[in-house]
Amino acid sequence: MTTPSPAADELLVPVPDEDGAPFWEYAARGELRVQACASCGRLRFPPRPCCPHCQSFDSEWRPMSGRGRIWSYVRPHPPLLPAYAAQAPYNVILVELADAPHIRLAGNLVTSADAPLDSVDPARLRIGARVQVVFTRTGGVTVPRWVPEKS
Amino acid sequence: MAATLKDATAIVGIGQTAFAKRLPESEKELACRAILAALADAGIAPSEIDAFSSYTMEETDEVEVAKAIGAGDVTFFSKIGYGGGGSCATVGHLAAAVATGQASVGVAWRSRKRGSGPRPWKNTAVQLPTPGQWTRPFGLLRPADEIGMLARRYMHEYGATRDHLFNVAMACRNRANENPAAMMYERPLTREMYMTSRMISDPLCLFDNCLETDGALACVIVSAERARDCRRKPVYVHSVAQGLPAQHHGMVNYWNDDPLSGPAWTAARHLWKQADFGPQDVDVAQIYDAFTPLIPLSLEGYGFCGRGEGAAFTEGGALEMGGRLPINTGGGGLSEAYVHGFNLINEGVKQLRGVSTAQVPDAATCLVTAGEGVPTSAILLRS
Repeated sequence: MTTPSPAADELLVPVPDEDGAPFWEYAARGELRVQACASCGRLRFPPRPCCPHCQSFDSEWRPMSGRGRIWSYVRPHPPLLPAYAAQAPYNVILVELADAPHIRLAGNLVTSADAPLDSVDPARLRIGARVQVVFTRTGGVTVPRWVPEKS
Repeated sequence: MAATLKDATAIVGIGQTAFAKRLPESEKELACRAILAALADAGIAPSEIDAFSSYTMEETDEVEVAKAIGAGDVTFFSKIGYGGGGSCATVGHLAAAVATGQASVGVAWRSRKRGSGPRPWKNTAVQLPTPGQWTRPFGLLRPADEIGMLARRYMHEYGATRDHLFNVAMACRNRANENPAAMMYERPLTREMYMTSRMISDPLCLFDNCLETDGALACVIVSAERARDCRRKPVYVHSVAQGLPAQHHGMVNYWNDDPLSGPAWTAARHLWKQADFGPQDVDVAQIYDAFTPLIPLSLEGYGFCGRGEGAAFTEGGALEMGGRLPINTGGGGLSEAYVHGFNLINEGVKQLRGVSTAQVPDAATCLVTAGEGVPTSAILLRS
């Protein structure tokens, strides 16, 4: 851990596993998709090899509306990894997807797709607030971010 | 009649090293010192050990410990995963091994230099694949962030406040102030200190987080029959349980119908089913406290109150000496030492021997729990 990393001053990028890779591939196209069972149709997250309800190994990736509500949030303060400490305190939110409320994606509420993690006034953070997905590229990878939903 | 672990084994020896932010000894040496202290306490020779149990996160393995302390032929060894969730299962696995005749003298231990050593969350190389890909890039980096998320939701749903979390921190600190071995022995806490302390992961402040400790502990388990011939008053292992609920996700239990009812509920159902007594009969409890919100969640999970009532339960000095349920009487992970919850096991034994620095009068039953929010374990002890 004392080995210097070339990316020590950058935000972490997702390291997908085999099950998760499609999520990030769709994200790179600006699509928010969640794994669903191709047999019984139930959505599941995180992605996994087979359906916990019907044990089918057939799956598909279903498009989501990209809308959701804040289920909870934290505001991390140091000690943190350097790139995060530089923006602290920032927010991390859990978004309940409108299409699947039991699936809650971790993310950040920002003023616009490419804005920093601390760009939203903390007074605007509220459980239940409606948010909308946007996408940004960081460290060569496309990740979802969330902005307040325009009414 | 099926075999049962109920009162079939007992803890007959406990040992520990000093607790400090930095100790000069290696983790291996600390492990050996704690184990030898526990054996000396039990009056059992190292050559009699034939079973070991620890955590998968323990860096010193059985081979190193056994050859250093001079153990004999070992016929049972196990390691339990999920960090602090494994603490009570070390005792549970040994109780099962001894009760079923696979071994006769078991040693459980945990040695950790978390005070002066590295913070695990800084090692992003091992943290980033599943499920880290869903959380780490967004800055949900540390256990405090992951549990803070559940804490905020809990506060929102049930009207819990920072004062409730303070009640937990204060109870643990008060007990530590009575325990000369505790890291916070001479460090009183006030409400003003708590409310004005720096945030770590808002809503959790510094005092909602456990200590960073170098130290080691161990205990010795034998059959109830043999325990009656040992030097110390036996502390019987009355019931043991592990808990991995359906569709549980570990520290980031965000993707099921009910993230706020965690592994404690699962472990508790089995624990009480096997026991001759219930939550209302528990004299003192040692509840895993890596973070203060784990206490209200565990109070609910283990049935001391209803769903959503854990925060209110802490009011009126309920967790203090003389309260409804004195907890963490050595100071716990928040104020004695954070050694992945093993100090809670040994403190439970001290209570039932009647030798705690914050002794609950005539304590005869004690619940000890392991980490909540991860696959967990729990034991009921009785004298």
